[in-house]
Amino acid sequence: MESTTFSLGSIVLLAPVVLFIAIAVPLLFSLRVSEVWVTKFTKIAISIGLISLIAIIVVGSSRASLPLILSFGNWVDLQPSQSHFQFRLEFVFDVLSITFGLLTLVLCGVIGTFAANYLHREPGFHRFFLLFAMFLMGMIVATFAATIESLFLGWELVGLSSALLVAFFHERVAPVENGLRVWSVYRISDAAFLVAAVALHGASTQGEFVNLTGSESWPSGESGLTLGQASFVGLMLIIAAAGKSALIPFSGWLPRAMEGPTPSSAVFYGALSVHLGAYLLLRIESVLDQVWWLSALLVMLGLGTTVFATIAGRVQSDIKSALALASLTQVGLIATEIGFGFRYLALAHIVGHAFLRTLQLLRAPSLLRDFHGWEHAIGTRISNSAQRLEAFLPSSVSTAVYRWAIERGYLDRLIDSGIVRPFIGFFQRCDIVERSWIEFLSGQTQGESDQAQLPFEGIEEL
Amino acid sequence: MFVPNLPWLETAIIIPLVASVWVRRIDRRDQARLHKLVATSLSLIASCFAWQEFKCRGNSMPRLGWDFLIIDELSSPLFPLASLLFVLFVLATVRTKLIQVSYSRRLFSEAIVLATFASKNHWQLVALLLLGSLPPFLEYRQRSKRVGTYVFHMALFGGLLVSGSIGLSLSDAQSTLRFVPIGLLLAAILIRHGVFPLHCWVTDLVENVTFGTAILFLTPMVSAYAAMRLILPSAPIWELQWFALLSLITAVYAAGMAMVQADTRRYFCYLFLSNSSLVWVGLATMTPIGLTGGLAIWLAAILSLSGIGMTLRAIESRMGRLSLRDYHGLYEHMPLLAVFFLLAGLASAGFPGTIGFVAIDLLFDGVNQIYRYVGAAVVLATALNGISVLKIYFRLFTGKRHVASISLAPRWSERVAIIMLAAMMLILGLAPQSFLLSRFEATNELLNMRTGNIATDKHSNHSDLQLLPATLHSAN
Repeated sequence: MESTTFSLGSIVLLAPVVLFIAIAVPLLFSLRVSEVWVTKFTKIAISIGLISLIAIIVVGSSRASLPLILSFGNWVDLQPSQSHFQFRLEFVFDVLSITFGLLTLVLCGVIGTFAANYLHREPGFHRFFLLFAMFLMGMIVATFAATIESLFLGWELVGLSSALLVAFFHERVAPVENGLRVWSVYRISDAAFLVAAVALHGASTQGEFVNLTGSESWPSGESGLTLGQASFVGLMLIIAAAGKSALIPFSGWLPRAMEGPTPSSAVFYGALSVHLGAYLLLRIESVLDQVWWLSALLVMLGLGTTVFATIAGRVQSDIKSALALASLTQVGLIATEIGFGFRYLALAHIVGHAFLRTLQLLRAPSLLRDFHGWEHAIGTRISNSAQRLEAFLPSSVSTAVYRWAIERGYLDRLIDSGIVRPFIGFFQRCDIVERSWIEFLSGQTQGESDQAQLPFEGIEEL
Repeated sequence: MFVPNLPWLETAIIIPLVASVWVRRIDRRDQARLHKLVATSLSLIASCFAWQEFKCRGNSMPRLGWDFLIIDELSSPLFPLASLLFVLFVLATVRTKLIQVSYSRRLFSEAIVLATFASKNHWQLVALLLLGSLPPFLEYRQRSKRVGTYVFHMALFGGLLVSGSIGLSLSDAQSTLRFVPIGLLLAAILIRHGVFPLHCWVTDLVENVTFGTAILFLTPMVSAYAAMRLILPSAPIWELQWFALLSLITAVYAAGMAMVQADTRRYFCYLFLSNSSLVWVGLATMTPIGLTGGLAIWLAAILSLSGIGMTLRAIESRMGRLSLRDYHGLYEHMPLLAVFFLLAGLASAGFPGTIGFVAIDLLFDGVNQIYRYVGAAVVLATALNGISVLKIYFRLFTGKRHVASISLAPRWSERVAIIMLAAMMLILGLAPQSFLLSRFEATNELLNMRTGNIATDKHSNHSDLQLLPATLHSAN
């Protein structure tokens, strides 16, 4: 019995890893695998993972062996006498992770099938599926992680694949710059995650969630941390979750992330990645119960995000940005629900929202065609005369709100002018000082290539 | 593993030394390259055997009566790793660059680096450190570059190193003023390590000598090894921790500076400075976890920074020096190099699944025990490094479609070098236990050495002993 569930759990975890290796190794050796095979690998790996997960539910429910803990032993184990340092490779199959795992596998299966047609003969077809496999691997690891290090591993894989897929059309500058923007926000918020991981280690020498959630199954766990520890770890994890789920003040990156191909936009920012922060918040629900002000903070963040995204979403002129902000509205509501303690409601909300938004995003490229079809079916134009909120506002206020909304709350501009430019300016000044000092010492100008011009095409022939 | 009973340690050092004289006699560059490749490969084989001999027997016996050379826990992985780097850089040198490389000088440098990693004696190490700074100086002169910045810093380094060593040999072990010569030694090592504000020679070096020379001079971090041998066993904790704070500042400062660089070489330089400072931060914590983290980051940085340097060098050899103000769109022509650059960069920033991850985690944990709040600077530095790595990746490999009429793809020998480094970064990242255990044993040896010294020093602060493992307390 135990060996059966252990094997099934291992298959769920290993299927995406095998998929990633199967796509990556031929690329590494410049071997061309056909699109058909890449698609088949993807479908087979996801199907095997999904069937195994369903089997775990069936076997686990019939034998009442859920939640199931899958332990692969210690990944790192150092035992200095004063401070034991240990990373356990442990995964948990409980209501929360199984639900999220099912959602991940089903949606990735759908998107994989859709993308095979959508990206047919696209130059980056293999690159897309490689990053898609990396994303799937990250999602599965993060979903089933029972230790904070395993979660961090999955979390970072999701972040990297997200940023690289935003920059998928990498021969243009705009997607690349937006990809870097997404990555920068992720790295800063992930720093908070790492601080939380180390703090959790400091509190308990190990990073198992059982220290956060107690031994009871989700969602009735009780934190084993002191109030101070729980406050600090919880705050850091809320920052990390806010970055991943684009809660304010990190919301600016989500519409920018729509530069990527539609399938990745759907799976990342409509369905899964954007909910990963909410998943983390659900995982640490016992800490939120223990520290009331963290719950209050989360409610404020959630409501603030909802209000912001609702207003900003109403003035967007392209469908993907509008859908991104509509997603954000729901994510804000989900965070609010978690803050209020409605854990099952939040979980159901995540599932429903993920499916709806995936459908909307996948239909987005053919929106006009759909409209034509609907209008043809009803025999008239679809009315666009719904009563609008702005009709009740004075025109000056309405204009100000419109400007604020079209600039997405000036969030990006605030971050640029308040953080990025002073930061860059400071280090540029330091660079000038350093160069002057070196020039003084050596008597020659620095930075041979700083004056270098862009090489013209074909310079390598010279 | 069977290890033939031969003087491997000595052989590993003698081969490049003899070959440095031998290749001077060869006029044809491609033939000289081949001879150099054979010599460095033989040296690598010998150093691997010396390492294995140490692992099997617990020591590597000097068989030619050269008992001044040694491999122990502190030097065991560094010795073959340094040797491997020199082999990989020969493999990764393209034909167009043959004319610029002085094989004789590079072989001599290899011999010096290997001898340094096999040295334990104080004055021997001092001599080798000073000798090691000579080859870059000669290259400055050969390339007709102004050598003022390098000479200023190396003269300062040499002066402080020698005066500190003299002061240490003259001072009594129980003297209350012993912190002065140790402070001089610390300052010398920090200059050689490139710690703020005396780091400018590193930028100057990277800009003015060949990129390969700069990478091979910097990445092994012989200064950290010198610190382990000369300073850590006897320096007062308070003195170490002040310098650790300076290194922490350097780590963040260099990570910030890396973000604003418009030149690939200068970018590499600041990324190196940020990583090397983290090594020193770990070493100076003198806690078991922090030390293990520092030693682990050291190896991670050698591999990842060599990988980044190798990629930038390969691009430079094809395209010339590139400005980072523009996008170059090279991905389509060199996807392997692009992926490798990203992997190495992420490893240097402590990305999970790579060699840097657990090392950074250990370091942060160790630093956090000493500086509860300031320790977060480690995470800040790695976050900034992670951002700058992706920024440079995008600048070099994306943003436009580059049209080339000839293949820019790496040659087979470059592929071998790249795949070897990538495999090491991933394997040690995915299965880090044995590698971390070896670093943990080195930590214990270092703490043992320190315990021995502190036990003889009645005037030392009792708090020093509190940082040592309980097992060592009980031994006293």
